[in-house]
Amino acid sequence: MKDKHTIMITVANRIGVLARIAGVLSSRGFNIESIIGWSTENTDVYQIHLVILGTPGEIEQITKQIHKLIDTIKVADISHKKKYIIYEFILIKVRTGRNRQEVLDLAAAFGAKVVDIARTAVRLDFGGPVHQVERFLDLMKPFGIKEFIRSGHIAVGP
Amino acid sequence: MTGAEILIDALKREGVDILFGYPGGVVLPIFNVLYRTPELRLILTRHEQAATHAADGYARATGKTGVCLVTSGPGATNTITGLATAKLDSIPLVVISGQVKTSVIGTDAFQETDMVGLTRPICKHNYLVQRVEELPLVIKNAFHIARSGRPGPVAVDLPADVSAAELRDAAYPDEPCIPSYQPTIKGNPRQIQKLAEAIRRAQRPTVLAGGGVVGSGAGGELVRFLEKTNIPAALTLMALGCLPEGHDLFLGMPGMHGRTSANHALTECDLLIGIGTRFEDRVTGNLDGFAPGAVVSHIDIDPSEIGKNVKTHIPIVGDVRSVLADLIEAVEPRPVGPWNRTIREWRDRHPLVYNQDPADEILPQYVIDRINRWIDPGAIIATDVGQHQMWSALFIRHRSPRSFLSSGGLGTMGFGLPAAMGAALGCPGRQVVLISGDGSIQMNIQELATCAVNRIPVKIVVLNNSCLGMVRQWQELFYNAAYSKICLKEKPDCRPACSGQRPDCPHSYWPDFVRVAEANGLPGFRATKPGEVDDVLRRGFGADGPVLMEFAVKNSENVFPMVPGGKAINQILYGGAG
Repeated sequence: MKDKHTIMITVANRIGVLARIAGVLSSRGFNIESIIGWSTENTDVYQIHLVILGTPGEIEQITKQIHKLIDTIKVADISHKKKYIIYEFILIKVRTGRNRQEVLDLAAAFGAKVVDIARTAVRLDFGGPVHQVERFLDLMKPFGIKEFIRSGHIAVGP
Repeated sequence: MTGAEILIDALKREGVDILFGYPGGVVLPIFNVLYRTPELRLILTRHEQAATHAADGYARATGKTGVCLVTSGPGATNTITGLATAKLDSIPLVVISGQVKTSVIGTDAFQETDMVGLTRPICKHNYLVQRVEELPLVIKNAFHIARSGRPGPVAVDLPADVSAAELRDAAYPDEPCIPSYQPTIKGNPRQIQKLAEAIRRAQRPTVLAGGGVVGSGAGGELVRFLEKTNIPAALTLMALGCLPEGHDLFLGMPGMHGRTSANHALTECDLLIGIGTRFEDRVTGNLDGFAPGAVVSHIDIDPSEIGKNVKTHIPIVGDVRSVLADLIEAVEPRPVGPWNRTIREWRDRHPLVYNQDPADEILPQYVIDRINRWIDPGAIIATDVGQHQMWSALFIRHRSPRSFLSSGGLGTMGFGLPAAMGAALGCPGRQVVLISGDGSIQMNIQELATCAVNRIPVKIVVLNNSCLGMVRQWQELFYNAAYSKICLKEKPDCRPACSGQRPDCPHSYWPDFVRVAEANGLPGFRATKPGEVDDVLRRGFGADGPVLMEFAVKNSENVFPMVPGGKAINQILYGGAG
């Protein structure tokens, strides 16, 4: 069965390294659900966290192919590793009218931060475990999501 | 030293004595250094694609890394097919292309192309050298990556200002430095023990050996392993020669045009040991019917190959040669058993056959069979792609590794002539024969001139069936004989579906290969009847230097055995002959 997998990749910090990884995925017909990358405290090393949809077999093959890249130092599918914390951060603009208080109450209940309140919308900032983020988004949907930015999965091991 | 001097010095230190290439604007500084470096011989091909195939043929025949030097833009893009060919067959190449000056990269400057972007999916790795300081380590790393682990092509893009720049204290490193790249060489002893145990228990063990056996230089280990255990072995196109034909454990090539003995053994076995092979679809046929009852063990240096196509029970990641050496120690000798008798029966019941009627047209199989009589035991055979390639794989008596050069993975028409040139230059004194078809040879026919001026002694055999035979065969068998664009004599007023098989076809065949050979300074000979075949081979093989021998062969001849695409490999068509 196809499932969302969060993949942690450590690579040598070289020009085009992101294109190499994207190439491995696109040449095998994978759609990237989300991807986020940054250079680490060690400037020779670059970190990428990506989310792709695939069967366990497909994900195993794709991680092997990414590992095969000369610049790849480490690849791990951490989706089902218990000790990893997988978070996501979102910025969201929710339509409000008379139900503004309801939106603000829900935000407070989830611990989302209210960044701005305008006449017809509120802007919220929320981060947390990915299933909580999904739940929060589900609850906001009926109000009308005007804009919505998400970081993609980021994870940290024990 | 300038960047260009550093490059040429690096090539010499890497043991390069011959390279293939073509000059152009941005590589002028490098060619200027070559001008002053007579010990490094650059063979000027007539096309950059041929330069890459020549370097590839050189690498396949010698086991060394092939090197190319080309200019930017079209020079670089012309190497693409050669790089992809080498990638799919895991051949070590270093292809150096010029690039426009770093200051104008990204401006669509004259002859600029994004070589790193273009070659990313078809190279093992690639580099754009941005500063001359990086150059020595990049070259060191490029050669290391190309020939270590699972070999493959590496492209190095070198901007003009980097080759012109001066670098003081340009020391060439003794060792590469790529912390993220550490191929596994030694196989896990526990896994090897597990395989030894599986071999002990197996009733019908079978080996499928691939190009990894050649790449790792494990031909000797393979034979020792097989002889100790009496396990029969099928050899893929890329491994032909690793077990000499006529050996009692030889099953031949498996797959779409494989031998009955190989395909039946792979289907019936209870233990399948894949060695340096990637279980490609042309070998396995329909995966559901491939070795359905077998425990599968897979030995390969590339972990991503394991489990990619075939479910594997005993994976062993490591260099084939190292793993086989350990496995030979770990296994107990096995006596010849009923399984060996079964495969012998398959082999005896289904020999490769053809019926050459002396009054009929020449059969291509007959020509190839006769070539066996004229070649030295150490001869290297190169092929192009198509029917002649399969007939050569089946009918040439392969004797040793690195002596059958063929584009297996990519199936590149036009590979043969330049590859044969590269092999002849890499192995002076050895006989090199190209077996090609009239379609394939025309894809790099300009290299006849390179052969002639450099006296590269390739014996070129063109099996001319006046059509694109393999496509014709598929159209005949699977498209109701609707022959679409396969006849090389076809004119605008031709009847559809004729395929050039009308005995009264009034059209001439062009080009006249004998005259093309002669125009390029090569002797050319032609046989049109079976009785002339031996005479042409005698004259061709007797002549010094390069020569072209053309054989007008029957164009309705099909390659059999054949397993139709999508079928299990034991569902074999034999045509009329087998």
